Amino acid sequence: MTAGSAASADSVAAGHASAAPGPAGSPAGQAAGNGEVLLRAEHITKYFPVRRGVLLQREVARVHAVDDVSFDLRAGETLGLVGESGCGKSTLARCIARLFPLTGGTVVFEGRDISRLSRRQLRPVRRELQMVFQDPYASLNPRKRVGAVIADPMRIHRWGSREQIRRRVGELLELVGLSPEHINRYPHEFSGGQRQRIGVARALALHPRLIIADEPVSALDVSIRAQVINLLDDLQDELSLTYIFIAHDLGVVRHVSDRIAVMYLGKIVEISPAEDLYRRPIHPYTEALLSAVPIPDPDLSERRNQIVLEGDVPSPISPPSGCRFHTRCRYATEICAQQEPPLVAHGSEGHMAACHHPLSVGRAPAADQQA
Amino acid sequence: MSPEPLLEVRDLKVSFRTEDGLIRAVDGVSLSLSPGETLGIVGESGSGKSVTMMSVMRLITDPNARFEGEVLYKGRDLMKLGQDQIREVRGAGIAMIFQDPMTSLNPVYRVGWQIEEQIREHEQISKQAAHARAIDLLTAVGIPQAGDRVDDYPHQFSGGMRQRVMIAMALSCNPDILIADEPTTALDVTIQAQILNLIKKLKDDFDTAVVLITHDMGVVADLADRIAVMYAGRIIEKGSRRDIFYDPQHPYTWGLLGSIARLDRPKPRRLAAIPGQPPSLLRLPPGCAFGDRCAHRFARCDERPDLLDKTGDGHLDACHLDPRQKKDLRETTIHPELIEEAT
Repeated sequence: MTAGSAASADSVAAGHASAAPGPAGSPAGQAAGNGEVLLRAEHITKYFPVRRGVLLQREVARVHAVDDVSFDLRAGETLGLVGESGCGKSTLARCIARLFPLTGGTVVFEGRDISRLSRRQLRPVRRELQMVFQDPYASLNPRKRVGAVIADPMRIHRWGSREQIRRRVGELLELVGLSPEHINRYPHEFSGGQRQRIGVARALALHPRLIIADEPVSALDVSIRAQVINLLDDLQDELSLTYIFIAHDLGVVRHVSDRIAVMYLGKIVEISPAEDLYRRPIHPYTEALLSAVPIPDPDLSERRNQIVLEGDVPSPISPPSGCRFHTRCRYATEICAQQEPPLVAHGSEGHMAACHHPLSVGRAPAADQQA
Repeated sequence: MSPEPLLEVRDLKVSFRTEDGLIRAVDGVSLSLSPGETLGIVGESGSGKSVTMMSVMRLITDPNARFEGEVLYKGRDLMKLGQDQIREVRGAGIAMIFQDPMTSLNPVYRVGWQIEEQIREHEQISKQAAHARAIDLLTAVGIPQAGDRVDDYPHQFSGGMRQRVMIAMALSCNPDILIADEPTTALDVTIQAQILNLIKKLKDDFDTAVVLITHDMGVVADLADRIAVMYAGRIIEKGSRRDIFYDPQHPYTWGLLGSIARLDRPKPRRLAAIPGQPPSLLRLPPGCAFGDRCAHRFARCDERPDLLDKTGDGHLDACHLDPRQKKDLRETTIHPELIEEAT
């Protein structure tokens, strides 16, 4: 389909399996959804230069924000991206949305390579691929009325007449659970949760197929968080949306995702169907991450053996050799510092991890006794 | 309460005059803290949890703020102390750490100097001795090579390490009470686990009483002996950790427990969201402040419920519902995973 036919997007989105089998040598992980491949990320790399000097800015180093990341995303599924701050999950999302140029790799969206498109060429793509941001206070223009905020994407993309746009804004407000009467209010008149709903309405304005939500609920209070998660859930069913959902809260990610990719220092270290990841973590980093989540149950919390990682995430300017996690890994051996482990399937097809000493795959981890 | 409480807050009210009217941020809060005990205060933004403890420390300097009630620390009413006297209590008696360790540290002074300054403020001690103490403290909170790091500036530390520095500073004068206001909210989960373990360890080593302010039920589940749940400026439920988690009495507490996406239970089809949003503190409803969002509201909720001990075992709640009904009513809220496949 052409990228321009946005208005009919939701009717052609997921649902019917186009039986596109994962192509041979497909980058990473078979999708849990059975729709067509909507997005394929291949070897995405993004380095940010570190410059020194006042007049002549020399590049002295590079931040390896995202380093050779590949995955497939199928129509109708939700891919969760988790990892600690600085792991590159937001940068990866912005690479996919082409908010800045890539250092390397390709992004294939709806069968078309969008990684080298110019701003103008990207426009029709942007209709189909929208973002929702973390901070509902910073992502809405405080001087614009809510109606104008939501209408902006339609105006920019020359969608519909004024009357159509006004009707659509009303529809969208209702869709996200706000009253159409709020159209003339300013963002500051809304609470955090309501503002995030406005951000979602704006993202939905042009009937996108893919929504990249970057920590959409992290800034919200717990009770409001659940409302917004439920809203995103409902919208996905209603509008056949595909999500990339970034969060550091593993509980939230498990709740919304079909598949989850765990990132550490710019790399995907494990990618798996959601439930499988929680039941059977393979990468020691995933294991530690899950173990660090506080459990709201005093007895369970007391009984479990929490693995507490030592130290901080190393600098992405000069990431550790071999497996990037080896400096904090309790199973690490010599090989881990020398060879970078490839991302390969363990146990089941869709469950991939990059580790020399994979956990929960029958084989006992080599260094287990030592540790 | 068995031993003499270390800190007792009696009917504290804090309000702010604004252009739009009077904001009742804290509306009659009573708390007590025994030596060595950990009290968790749970609530959402605007519930008054931070304002309560900031008032205890007398850190609110807003001229439009009005305070009522008593804060007794070792028998002295902190609300009546002069600036000089309260400065003696701060740091040496009660210390506080905050959510954002970057804004709590002065960026232009070395961290060691900032710790030494506090020690020398409260004790007659030489520069060298204070410096040595700063290094010991940094070692105690788990900063590697503390001897070298003591002369670094705050920006040279990561977020988790900065929070450790803050804790070292808070402990520098052996306070009886450590107030931790969302100490891990700005940190990643793995670092959060490190900091919570550190607080737990220090609590045991120094026998410090801790007040832990958080919005995260998971954090208090691990650490708190007793828990107070706040909503719209009031405590709506207070009890032991087991009371709150295994026998919660207030529908708001049920909602808090049900709205968490939990890893220790099967995934529910939907989270049990609490509808609506907290009431404006400018116009609190005359009845139960949670009434508009409560699924179990009935006629009596139009009159304000008091915080009462209905079970007779020190577990207090402010809800008109009959305690005998609550067990059935709360089940599907706290366990949304039980309403499976309703569609």
